[in-house]
Amino acid sequence: MSPHSTGSGAGLPPALEIHDASLSFGARRLWSHLDLFVEPGEFLAVLGANGSGKTSLLRVILGRQRLTRGTVAIAGLPAHRGSGDIGYVPQQRRVDPLTPLRARDLVGLGLDGHRWGIGRPNAGRRRRIDAILGQVGAGGYADRPVGLLSGGEQQRVRIAQALVAEPKLLLCDEPLLSLDPQSQSATTALVDQSRRTGNTAILFVTHEINPVLPYADRVLYLAGGQFRAGTVEEVLNSSTLSEMYRTPVEVIRANGRILVAGLPETSGHEDHETHYALGAP
Amino acid sequence: MSTDDLWHRVFNFTDYGQLLSLVHNSILAGLILGVVGGLISTFVMMRDLPFAVHGISELSFAGASAALLLGVNVVAGSLAGSLIAALTIGALGSRARDRNSIIGVLMPFGLGLGVLFLSLYKGRSANKFGLLTGQIVAVDTPQLSWLLGTSALVLIGLLLIWRPLTFASADPEVAAARGVPVAALSAAFMLLLGLSVAMSIQIVGALLVLSIMCTPAAAAMRVTAAPRMVTLLSVVFAVCSVVGGILLSLGSSIPISPYVTTISFATYVVCRLIGNRPHRRGYAGPAGADELGPTRATQRV
Repeated sequence: MSPHSTGSGAGLPPALEIHDASLSFGARRLWSHLDLFVEPGEFLAVLGANGSGKTSLLRVILGRQRLTRGTVAIAGLPAHRGSGDIGYVPQQRRVDPLTPLRARDLVGLGLDGHRWGIGRPNAGRRRRIDAILGQVGAGGYADRPVGLLSGGEQQRVRIAQALVAEPKLLLCDEPLLSLDPQSQSATTALVDQSRRTGNTAILFVTHEINPVLPYADRVLYLAGGQFRAGTVEEVLNSSTLSEMYRTPVEVIRANGRILVAGLPETSGHEDHETHYALGAP
Repeated sequence: MSTDDLWHRVFNFTDYGQLLSLVHNSILAGLILGVVGGLISTFVMMRDLPFAVHGISELSFAGASAALLLGVNVVAGSLAGSLIAALTIGALGSRARDRNSIIGVLMPFGLGLGVLFLSLYKGRSANKFGLLTGQIVAVDTPQLSWLLGTSALVLIGLLLIWRPLTFASADPEVAAARGVPVAALSAAFMLLLGLSVAMSIQIVGALLVLSIMCTPAAAAMRVTAAPRMVTLLSVVFAVCSVVGGILLSLGSSIPISPYVTTISFATYVVCRLIGNRPHRRGYAGPAGADELGPTRATQRV
């Protein structure tokens, strides 16, 4: 298995470069000897059981968690807290309707919310915010309070917030959870569009595999202290998953969708993990 | 007592000019307090801390009454009580549930200590009452210097951490991903909150601190979601409540607090009524008619 893919960003350093990385908490080993390269403009879907270390992987990339061993570099620089090269899209959550922020203010925080002081409004900042909101199709509700937006609208604004500082790597942490199917595919398409227009690399952590199938160049699957990386065909097949879970798992392809049956329900798996792939279209 | 007498006890403007010249210190103190309260209340609301404000003010009251009993500086006493409470709540209650139970435990203890110290205190009873329900004439020049110094500290601190604190309050997860020191900011804010509460107690009293540390922003958030407008309105509301309360209470024999709380409450009621208008949902919706909101008429895409 080669960690390299056919990248499209010739001459640029990989957006993400992980070398021989291991992460353990005490005696519990999440993964070890992980090698991963993500090229600019590449879409990597990260799948796996709960507790398999997906969230920890994101924390490592964000510089919020130290590796037990190995190295991580973002766009050629060692991972560190507050890297401006990373955009982060969290899962959708209810925002209090009285939160005193409009969509444009939330995006503005993505641009300079980490800086000290009060900041001053200026035309250049405003133009950038308007441009990115327009680009994600959220221009129509730029001035509406974030707390009054629907889940799908909120995720559009979140993507604008993550992209406004023009990151090299976009981390999406379960951005499809609690969205309806239409919003799920709209959100995924929007993320995909950003790598085409901005050559941003995408690392997309998700339970919902089918919405990302049309876009994912490669898949990283984490389970049972192991990982597999490769194309969708190489990783999402019965023999690979059965080997990782050490139990017969059936991967069925139908009408361009993937159904996974027989995932173990115990050992840290939650229900929705089991039928994610069997779920709604 | 006739209603006329009653009216004159509540509102009495005889010799108003002379009275005014006597209390300019208090009015200045009220102005400063209004600005600080208006700014800090925005974050109190965003961070869901009204109950914490109440808890801190009870411990600040305990500190102030201890100082009164020992004959030391009352402002210093209430500062000590406030800071201990704020840092305890900040350190032990990062999650809302933990925080509320810790405050619920701390608050009656603080109030009990305060009652103990006040019962032991043999001085003027007006001093005792003032700590709970506020006083205006009590602001002398050294106290004013304390207030000025503390507010300057709070204002500078708050302006310095304004943007990352907004980010961390509204959006902690993404703020942390962006490298904002969320936990440190939370501690810093509790410190500033403690300082502000200790100051407010000198003017409006321990029981009524919420009227300037919560109500102004709560009212502002009802009519607009634009952050700068919320801050501006909140400061205006807080200043009007405190200074207005002082001006109304001058000739009367009643403590300042009912005036402050009534103005503050009325502001909230009015804002709530305005905010409930049907087109509020859009703020800058098709009508675009909300003068207080960010009015840029937008079409839906």
